[in-house]
Parts: sequence; C-alpha cells; structure tokens
Amino acid sequence: MSVQMWTYLFVFLSFGLYIGIAIWSRAGSTKEFYVAGGGVHPVANGMATAADWMSAASFISMTGLISFLGRDGTFYLMGWTGGYVLLAMLLAPYLRKFGKFTVPDFIGDRYYSQTARLVAVFCAIVISFIYVCGQMQGAGIVFSRFLEVDVTTGVIIGMAIVFFYAVLGGMKGITYTQVAQYCVLIFAFMVPAIFISMMMTGQVIPQIGFGSELVDGSGYLLDRLDGLSQELGFATYTEGQRSTQDVFFITAALMFGTAGLPHVIIRFFTVPNVRDARRSAGYAMIFIAILYTTAPTVAAFARTNLINSVSNAEYSAMPDWFRKWETTNLISFDDKNNDGKIQYVGDAEQNELTVSADIMVMANPEIAGLPNWVIALVTAGALAAALSTAAGLLLVISTSVAHDMLKRTFMPSITEKQELLSARISIFIAVLIAGYVGMNPPAYVAQVVAFAFGLAAASFFPAIVLGIFQKKMNKQGAISGMAAGFIFTASYIIYFKLINPAASTADNWLFGISPEGIGTLGTIINVAFAYTIASFTPDPPDDVQELVENIRLPGEA
Amino acid sequence: MSSSSAHSYWKSNIKLVLSLLSVWFLISFVCGILFVDVLDNIRFGGFKLGFWIAQQGSILTFIALILIYIRAMDKLDSQYKQAASDDVQNTEEEAK
Repeated sequence: MSVQMWTYLFVFLSFGLYIGIAIWSRAGSTKEFYVAGGGVHPVANGMATAADWMSAASFISMTGLISFLGRDGTFYLMGWTGGYVLLAMLLAPYLRKFGKFTVPDFIGDRYYSQTARLVAVFCAIVISFIYVCGQMQGAGIVFSRFLEVDVTTGVIIGMAIVFFYAVLGGMKGITYTQVAQYCVLIFAFMVPAIFISMMMTGQVIPQIGFGSELVDGSGYLLDRLDGLSQELGFATYTEGQRSTQDVFFITAALMFGTAGLPHVIIRFFTVPNVRDARRSAGYAMIFIAILYTTAPTVAAFARTNLINSVSNAEYSAMPDWFRKWETTNLISFDDKNNDGKIQYVGDAEQNELTVSADIMVMANPEIAGLPNWVIALVTAGALAAALSTAAGLLLVISTSVAHDMLKRTFMPSITEKQELLSARISIFIAVLIAGYVGMNPPAYVAQVVAFAFGLAAASFFPAIVLGIFQKKMNKQGAISGMAAGFIFTASYIIYFKLINPAASTADNWLFGISPEGIGTLGTIINVAFAYTIASFTPDPPDDVQELVENIRLPGEA
Repeated sequence: MSSSSAHSYWKSNIKLVLSLLSVWFLISFVCGILFVDVLDNIRFGGFKLGFWIAQQGSILTFIALILIYIRAMDKLDSQYKQAASDDVQNTEEEAK
C-alpha cells in the first residue's frame, strides 16, 4: 500500500474516533462544558493535559530546531517540562481547591475586583488567541503537504473537526478526544524513533541509543555527530553557542510561561479533588516526558542521517524523498561550484543546501527508509497534536467570554442555558476567526506563537502564585503587577520582532536577553510592582484572607 | 478545625516545596546551564555528563520530584486530618 493510502487510512480512522467520542460525550450543563463535570480520572486528565500541551510545534518543529541548535536546544526541553514542577507544587492543587471554572475566576475572586477579572480575561484571550492561530496554520500545512489538498481546504477540515467536538462537548468532549489524541500522537512519535534507534545503534530504546555506538563502527553517535559537524564547519553539536545568560532566561521564561498558560491550568479544574490534581500533574509530567526525552534523540539521529545521506553526494543520485521535499521548498539545493555534488557545510558562502527545521520529523522516516505505514503515521500524529491544542485554547477563549465576561461581569442575570449557548456561540466565532487567520497567516503569527509563553510568564504566573502564597497581596498590587509585566514583555517583543527585527541582535538586547527570554524579566517586574504597590495600599479584606487560608488546607472544596 | 495544626501543616508544606524546588533549580539551571561545560569533562558511555543532564537527566529529575511531592503531600494530608480530628475530640472533651 502506498504512503498516500496509509495516510488517508490513518487520518480517516483517527478523525472517525474523535467524532465518535464527541457524540458520546455531549455536554448538558455549564459544569460539563467548562470542567467536564469535574469527574475526570487523574490518568485520563494526565493524558489530556499532555495532548493539550504538546502542540504542532512540539510534535513537528521542536525536534528539528534541536537538531540544528544542538545543545542550545536544551532550553525547549527543560523549559517546556520544568514548568510542570512549578505547576504541580505551586498552582494546580490550590486552584483545584478553589474549585471554580476559569483562571479569571480565581484572579477576580482572590483580588476581589472586577478590574482584575477583566485584566485576566484580556490576558487569557490574547495569549490563547495568538497560540490557536499557530495551531490552525500548523494543521493546514500538514494537511496540504500530506493529503495534497490546498492549505485553505486543510484548515477548513481542521476547523470542522475541532468545531464539531468542541461545540458539542465543551471540556467534556475535548477531554476525551485529547486522551485519544495523546495515544495517537505518542504512538506516531515513538514508532519512527524506535525504528531509527534500532537501525543506527541496534538499541530498541532511543534514550539508550542516544548514548550508544553506531552499528557502522564509527564510534559513539554523539562523538560521530560532533566529528561530522566539525569536519563540515558546523558548530559542534554537544557544545553551546548562545550566551549562558540568554539560555538561562529563555529556559526560565518557558518554565514560568508553561505554569501560567490558562489552557493548561484549567485542565486541573476537571479532576474530582486536590489529591487527584496533584496526581494528574504527575501523570501529565510522565506522559510529556516520553516525548520530550525522545525528541533530542531523534534530533541527533536525524541530523547524523541527513549529513550522511547528502554530504558530497551526487545531486542527480538523490532519492525520492529529496525531490518530494524540494517541491515544497523545505529543502533547496543551489550548485554554486557546478560540480553536481551537494556541498552541505557550515560556511554560508560555500554551502549549497538549505534545510528547513520542520523537515526533520516529517521527512525523517523517509530519509531513514522506514516502511510506508510509519511515514503515514506521522501525519496522523501531527494532526492530533495540532487539533488537541487548538481545542483546549478555543475552550479558554469561549469560557472567558461566556463565563467571565458575560456571567460574572456584564450580564450576571443570564440563565445557565443562556450561558451555555453563549459559550457555544463564542467557540463558534473563535473557530471562524482562528481558521481565517490560519488560511491567511500574517507573516508574524509563527514568530509570535512562542511569545505567548513570555506573556503568560509575565502576567498570570506571578499573580496566581502570589495570590496563594502571599495572603496580604492586594488588588492594587496584583493588577499593577500584571499590567506592568504584560506591557513590558509585549513591548519588548513587538519592538524586536515586528517593528525593528533588524535590531534584534545580542548587542542591542537588554542585558543580552533575547525576546524569547524576556518573559523572565517581565515576571520579575510583575513581582517587584506587586510588592511595591501592595506595601502602600490597604491589606485585602478579611473574607479574602480567609479564602486564601482555606485554599491552602486539604479537604473538600 | 484548629488553627495550630493548620499552621504547622502549611509550614511543613512550604518546607517541602522549597526543598524540592531547590533540587529543581540545582539540576536544571545550575547543572544543565551554568556549569554544563565543567560537567561535560565527565563522560559515561557515549554521553558527556553536562549534555546528558541538560537533554535527559533534568527531565527525569522533574518526574522524580513530582512523584516525591505527591507521596509526601498524601502523608502530610493524612497527618493533618488526624491532628484536626484529635483537636476536635479534645475540645469536645474539654467542653464536657
């Protein structure tokens, strides 16, 4: 059976599964729509959190980026996993004890202020919206490359599927489809990784193959990769190029951001109690770690394989996969010295081959000559990753509008039925806008996606942690902290990424911190503002201090 | 519910979280970033130690930290519930 047939089969089967789950898990109440009724098993919630969390970027792009960054790629690995330690110990159990539906619920009640609630709604919508556009775009690209439909058709198919289960099932539908999507995506990621590890090192477990000798007798994988990189004038794979302080700040920004992303936090509202919230953070960490410890191994395998396959090879003798990816411009060859061979070297003057980072996961099975069904599996996995994250984000947008803005702020008299209807309508509108942006991506969307982390780090993360651990933190402190952190981080990123990208070099950066890492400074600014302002303004009222006392203790919510 | 057992529960909780987070910081930021080059001088198998901690070991440590936290908090919760119910009994007895 051809790759094309396998791809259709896998995509068809997985989509059928998602739709089946959606019909089975329709939501009848706002509690079901917002938090899946609050009765999700911690293992199921762990899987759903992992799928919610691992987006098209984790699945497709991260491995490729690490492959080209070498050791510097570490900030993605540690940053996107280390945040779960913070989430498990500083946020998840307390927010579950608090026991409402959304992050603005907590901010608004804890800081006894509608202004705080609305600031939180604004931050949640901006962060989630930036992020969801990237997912839609990712889904569109995967569709167009593998199913040979155009990007617009691809995005429409993706929209229709997400729309179906998100509108019908709300959090309940999303949770159980995410469980299925986790299984699809982890299987699709691990199978090629295991194949390649076995082929190159004879080890079944990629994490062990990573530190093993190659079967062709050329020594340890990482030593060989360092050697090849040096020979060809690339940076040594296991050594860092970026400044230590920049790597430090980027890692911290990704960790704080992970712990402050509303679509991840609300997953912990869906379990029955505080104990299960802690447990499901543990399961989520394990499920995520399976992919995150495998990604760097695939990065090293794929990079070695790529160099071995193309370096100094005759262009005319390149196999099918090379031509296929050339037509999508993900690989391009320019025979500068007209010798008909591919010079793939570090020196930009002489290098003849340009390879996009995205190709490393998508083309890796083909480069390694794996069976057709394995190649096709990657498509289903990438779509599962994109759609599961998109659905989680859309839910945040819809709850922010229907629950936080309408029910809790502007129209408190609406009935539960009306609230549910407005949640469905707002998900519908959000899907349409995200789909439109996915079809007509402004050039900057992809660049801005990573910065959702910076914004979450600088706004929600400190406001929530201070709200739990500092009983005396008041509304003035929290609001000014969130506003200062958000505005500082957003301006820095907008300046270096949108207004003046040419100036974005280490010399011009504040303390040598890149826009990717500036969220950490935003977090510090947030905390500094919060403490300073709070020390000049009155303490929070007694009932709020009691609320804080109460969420710190175990027991029923 | 007695405020003294609540107070000691919260204090033990803070102590636990602080000690686990210091390991978190030590492994990820200190070993994985600040002193990664020094640790790279140590080798095991095909790995340099610093590189391995940065790309593998730190993530495994994160799992271990959360699992330790889950167990320790379960224990702390049951101690607290025991202490709280003892307190209630004591006050009831005093009232008699």
